[in-house]
Amino acid sequence: MNLTLHVWRQAKASAPGRMERYEAKDVSPDMSFLEMLDVVNEKLIADGKTPITFEHDCREGICGSCGFMINGVAHGPKSGTTVCQLHMRSFKDGDELYLEPWRAKAFPVLKDLMVDRNAFDRIIAAGGYITARTGSAPDGNAIPVPKASSDQAMDAAACIGCGACVAACPNASAALFSGAKISHLGLLPQGQAERERRALRMVAQVKAEQFGNCTNIGECEAVCPKHIPLAVIARMNRDYLKASWKDRGAVKQDESA
Amino acid sequence: MKLDSRVPSGPIEQAWEKARFDMKLVNPANKRKFNVIVVGSGLGGGAAAASLGELGYNVKCFCFQDSPRRAHSIAAQGGINAAKNYQNDGDSIYRLFYDTVKGGDFRAREYNVYRLAQNSVSIIDQCVAQGVPFAREYGGLLANRSFGGAQVSRTFYARGQTGQQLLLGAYQALEAQIDAGRVTMYPRTEMLDLVVIDGKARGIITRNLVTGKIESHVADAVILATGGYGNVFYLSTNAKGSNCTAIWRAHKRGAAFANPCFTQIHPTCIPVSGDYQSKLTLMSESLRNDGRIWVPKEKGDKRTPSQIPEGERDYYLERRYPSFGNLVPRDVASRAAKAVCDEGRGVGETGLGVYLDFAESIRRLGRSTIEERYGNLFEMYERITGENPYETPMRIYPAIHYTMGGLWVDYQLMSTIPGLFVLGEANFSDHGANRLGASALMQGLSDGYFVIPYTLGNYLASNKLSKVDTGAPEFQAVAAEVEQGVQKLLSIKGKRTVASFHRELGKIIWDYCGMARNAEGLKHAIGRVRELRHEFWTNVNVPGSGDDLNQQLEGAGRVADFFELGELMCLDALERNESCGGHFREEYQTDEGEALRDDENFQYVAAWEYKGPDTPPELHKEPLEFEYVHPAQRSYK
Ligand code: FES
Repeated sequence: MNLTLHVWRQAKASAPGRMERYEAKDVSPDMSFLEMLDVVNEKLIADGKTPITFEHDCREGICGSCGFMINGVAHGPKSGTTVCQLHMRSFKDGDELYLEPWRAKAFPVLKDLMVDRNAFDRIIAAGGYITARTGSAPDGNAIPVPKASSDQAMDAAACIGCGACVAACPNASAALFSGAKISHLGLLPQGQAERERRALRMVAQVKAEQFGNCTNIGECEAVCPKHIPLAVIARMNRDYLKASWKDRGAVKQDESA
Repeated sequence: MKLDSRVPSGPIEQAWEKARFDMKLVNPANKRKFNVIVVGSGLGGGAAAASLGELGYNVKCFCFQDSPRRAHSIAAQGGINAAKNYQNDGDSIYRLFYDTVKGGDFRAREYNVYRLAQNSVSIIDQCVAQGVPFAREYGGLLANRSFGGAQVSRTFYARGQTGQQLLLGAYQALEAQIDAGRVTMYPRTEMLDLVVIDGKARGIITRNLVTGKIESHVADAVILATGGYGNVFYLSTNAKGSNCTAIWRAHKRGAAFANPCFTQIHPTCIPVSGDYQSKLTLMSESLRNDGRIWVPKEKGDKRTPSQIPEGERDYYLERRYPSFGNLVPRDVASRAAKAVCDEGRGVGETGLGVYLDFAESIRRLGRSTIEERYGNLFEMYERITGENPYETPMRIYPAIHYTMGGLWVDYQLMSTIPGLFVLGEANFSDHGANRLGASALMQGLSDGYFVIPYTLGNYLASNKLSKVDTGAPEFQAVAAEVEQGVQKLLSIKGKRTVASFHRELGKIIWDYCGMARNAEGLKHAIGRVRELRHEFWTNVNVPGSGDDLNQQLEGAGRVADFFELGELMCLDALERNESCGGHFREEYQTDEGEALRDDENFQYVAAWEYKGPDTPPELHKEPLEFEYVHPAQRSYK
């Protein structure tokens, strides 16, 4: 099949960008979307042009490196699928596709379809962990964890940090991402000691990174390649409110930030 | 070059404790005065950086990805072994040690493996405390499953995403240390060379992948945890960015490279579908529990699988290995698949594939049971191939998955360059000639959490290091070389793309140094690799500039190193005149076509010393001794 691509080209963060048109010819339905772009790039290089920059690594849907908008949808048309796992049989001959990077104030474009998502790392650094100094742990079976809690924690922990939730949200909110980590750790007995501090600090960091507020639209859940449920946001809000109530000083600090 | 393994003396059970007691300590108040570089942020590097930060060292951690959470450890599916014996099924540290030495076909160092088995127990505790959501039983205790090469249930897992969850645990601990100011993270930064001063590793030269800036970093010790080199084959289950550059450049600065020809082929991957293919996807080994593997009896049979009647199918594993059947170890299953495809009986468009058929299990157990066991894998298969494995057999073929070889390290995980430590898949140490399933994660975390924090302290406390800064002539010289290397790649302006060279190199290595090797083929491959390398350096086309984000340039540097490593792999395979584990030399097999080890002549670690660009490398041998597990022929008949 043959496709027409319109791709966002931007040389660097400070340079202006624009859409460019490319033809993708003889595309096999068995190719992955990124393999199709590889072929387009090989041709661009052969023609002496600059290949399209896009982020990728594992190409099996787990590392969270890849991701861009295809016709306005994060990771493209197939539910529960990262763009590296999306195959060309999801498209048909003659399709016209618009590829654009994640758009969010907190995710500045670095080049073409690649953005800077380090804000996510800083949110985790603010409190998305359980302090367990190496060597200090009790036996793994010392504290039984109900299977239901453990399963729910795993559902939330499946987040790959790709940023699709932010890109899909009209407010560019990071609520699904931060809610997933707060839920994962908060559901486990090991995560209780730092539960309140975690919620306060992570939420404060989300604000500092200039992500937008969550207004319960639900686009994030729809595009999440790992089907992280909206319920994690409710959990985050509950933890945050509870913690703020106990620690009003922290809320004040947070508001002035 | 002298290889001193520094293996402690005395009984193996107490060796690690004794070694730790004998180690010198760094006073807590002095730790912050030491600068430590960790390259790589996967299970080995991430765990090391976090643990060293906790101890109070001044740590700089580097990764080429945009975040430490993306390291390729994240893609491991199956699980992590630990000798917890929670199932009360007869497991013990000794048994895990025994299985690992035997599984490695008697080519690993016993004392290292024993320590690994000991540490496995603490790893699970550590990870649970960090909040890794391991699978649980209804009673709330940790669940286990069994894996290849073991008769006990000792594998801990988090759905099919064990690597992801363990990595996130280490990553979160690392981020906490970053927040505490103990670790400085350098994402999107690639190590391009090692700086050795007065014979000791004193820093690295990096390239900032966004700005292209070449930078120097000084340290008192350098830790490499940069993973394996499976991407020398171009098509592998590794992530696209996984590369050998850090270890290869360290090798060229004096670190011996051990057993480069020990590579692991995983038998159940989705076959290649076309020339555009960029990577291979693994389907978990667990599928072989309920799937039956077959090919048509006739050569070139083009009928669809459903048209081939039972009597015209060859269930070749069940036929050749009646007692293990479809569950023979990875190396045996892989070679058998290759053999039937070489006979022209392979399936699929390319003829490089065999069927993995669930029809009988679905009839016997019902579709819902199969769905419960393998639903996510079936879905993934369908997503990639467009075929529904409930209705038609899967097609699978072996692919490169892991590399047992790596930089040589002693018992303290130090390479032949003092002050340069190597962890995880990047070193050669624990898996011998074949790695058992669910052992890679164990080794990465053992090295990072429980070995390096001790051995690094010992090194720092027992050596007086001179004061060095980036102005030192050695730093200036290496940085200038790196800069020239970048400019050279950009200046060739040839006709072929980096990927086309990489693909061709991978094909040579796969054809001659893959699942089966022979002397003639290896010699041919060495010649071909050299020719192609020469063409690369005269005809590669690297567009763009060096002071910019340039993925083609990044790839070119990595492929350049793969050329050199690929040649060394072939040389090592040629030198090792025996078959063992993943290394199968066609000349050395039993009458039934099984691997024939030669303990008399090859019971050693082959450690190669770099001697310069046009001089052959020198082979050093570290003899292996087996005091506890006695070498025997593996049989799965
Ligand atoms: S490249 Fe890893 S998730 Fe897509």
